[in-house]
Amino acid sequence: MSDTETESETDSLGPNVRQTAAELATGDRTETLLQTDGLVKQFGGFTATDDVDFSVDEGELRCLIGPNGAGKSTLLNLITGTYEASDGSIYYNGHDITDLDPHQRVSRGISMKFQVPSVYGDLSVRENVRLPVQQFADGEERRRLVAEAIEAAGLTGYEDVAAAQLSHGQQQQLEIGMAAALEPDLLLLDEPVAGLDVAEREAIAERIMRLNEEQGIAFIVIEHDTDFVASIAEEVTVLHNGEVFREGPIEEIESDPEVQRIYLGGES
Amino acid sequence: MSTNSANGEANSSLLGRLRSPFEGPNTIGESRGFWVGFLVAVAALVVYPVFGDGSQLSLFMILALLGLSLSLVWGYSGVLSFGQVVFFGIGAYTFGVVSINFATPGGITAAVVAGIVGGGVSAAILGYFMFYGGVRDVYVTIITLVSTIVMHTFMAQTAGSEWAIGEAALGGFNGMPDIPLLTLGVEGASYQFIYNPFPMRIIGIGAFEISPFYYLVLVLLVGTYLALRVLVNSDYGRVMVAIREDEDRTEMFGYNVTRVKFIVFTLGGALAGLSGVLYAARNVYIDPTVFSLLFATLPVIWVSIGGRKSLLGAAVATLAVEYLRISMAGELALVLLGTLLLVTILVLPDGVVPWVHQRIVTARIGPGEDNGPNVPETSSEVSD
Repeated sequence: MSDTETESETDSLGPNVRQTAAELATGDRTETLLQTDGLVKQFGGFTATDDVDFSVDEGELRCLIGPNGAGKSTLLNLITGTYEASDGSIYYNGHDITDLDPHQRVSRGISMKFQVPSVYGDLSVRENVRLPVQQFADGEERRRLVAEAIEAAGLTGYEDVAAAQLSHGQQQQLEIGMAAALEPDLLLLDEPVAGLDVAEREAIAERIMRLNEEQGIAFIVIEHDTDFVASIAEEVTVLHNGEVFREGPIEEIESDPEVQRIYLGGES
Repeated sequence: MSTNSANGEANSSLLGRLRSPFEGPNTIGESRGFWVGFLVAVAALVVYPVFGDGSQLSLFMILALLGLSLSLVWGYSGVLSFGQVVFFGIGAYTFGVVSINFATPGGITAAVVAGIVGGGVSAAILGYFMFYGGVRDVYVTIITLVSTIVMHTFMAQTAGSEWAIGEAALGGFNGMPDIPLLTLGVEGASYQFIYNPFPMRIIGIGAFEISPFYYLVLVLLVGTYLALRVLVNSDYGRVMVAIREDEDRTEMFGYNVTRVKFIVFTLGGALAGLSGVLYAARNVYIDPTVFSLLFATLPVIWVSIGGRKSLLGAAVATLAVEYLRISMAGELALVLLGTLLLVTILVLPDGVVPWVHQRIVTARIGPGEDNGPNVPETSSEVSD
């Protein structure tokens, strides 16, 4: 990919990144893929995320839950660079990416599926998938990668169909396929199963698990559906009022009375 | 979205391979019939001066280049610019100033290049501050419109003798007359394109004269159209269209959206500059009316009526609308333009040419098969 940046690696290390100078010298990678350090985002007088310390390891599948307005989408937009942080830092693979533009972060290996299916409606499925792939593949390899991405999205036979003609679920699959076609290390999914039926949810869950297990892609998934979260998640982070409220295995989170109170609406 | 050779199903014939770079989902016309029609249309333009007013048509073709520049910037990249006439005017004035000061064949040739570069550089300066300053959407439109007004106001007050660059007086609303006749080449190996008719004789028609300038413009228009077809159907063109459809999505594919918009805007400015150079060369005169609001609006009207997502639409509509406008002249022409624009937006929002193309495609493949691309048998699953 293009737009790679050089920077002082020792200066760019985050405070909590488990990476030593020796590892840097030998090029060994750390376990921690992404880490935020005191991340703050303010919109005027409203603080959407407040001093968020959050990390994701390589190959981890982490879900992000919380009530509406908790700051989940804001956190994802800060990680992608769509929003500029008011304070704090974001480290990716040990490098400070806080000041990088979104496309520069993508070139580092971060990819995202937006909350509302964001496919190019007028373009065919093939044209949609070709757009991310054309950056790093040409000729026969490009055709192969596009075909594989379409097949993985379950859209074989729809190559020449305009994306706008696909169902909501198929558009979700297509967009995940487009984001995954970039071969990222970290894929951010904002409510990937919103508005889908049970079969479509299962298909998306299976897709996420396969990408995670077979390609080692780390995920941050925002989702309200706790059943869906339980079906895919290793670790869950609960955001509330812009702050990290709880972190842990889904079983612990689901049974936490405070979480039930603020998120599930139950009584403690 | 139809398939084509660019989709990996390349036509293996020689003609297919030749056509391949010019075809794709971002342009109208992928059939042999289209290219036959295209060649017939070009042939008609070649012989037109024998029967009609080639001088006037050359003006329309010059303006078609301006229309193509807006189609590129707006139609393909989603940047609605009312400032194409700024780059058109700067190109024209730059050509005038340089050619007046260096009125030799080499100097005039350099003036042509300077005019094109002038249009491109001015677009680059404005585009840099807009796009790298985070300006987008309707605010770009407002800034480009204001740029037009600023240029019009500025050039209008340049009538005084102090407003001269070397030998070239800007002249305010009196304009800049005495622009040297367009001559390309260098001393001893040059050709004059203006007021240098070429005598011809054809049996059955008799003797007549043709203007080399007309054919220069025709070659530039056809060449530009074909070059832009290659561009918009390339990988880069696909990114341009993606930006038009969804900037944020495209950025999240790792594309530097700001840089792409900056480059396309600059390219559009250079193309508008070329149009301005030819305009000033044809008229051997330029004045600030090229920066007027009416003139700034015309490219938007041409491209809207023809179809902003179609290069062919922009070129054809410019020729047709300008023919109507010049033929009718006066206030009635303005009423007609407004009516055409309204009717197009309300009835044919994608423009006339794409609509005509769709009708032709429908007629060719038969009714009932024109529901867009083929959806697989499980189409019931894709209609929620």
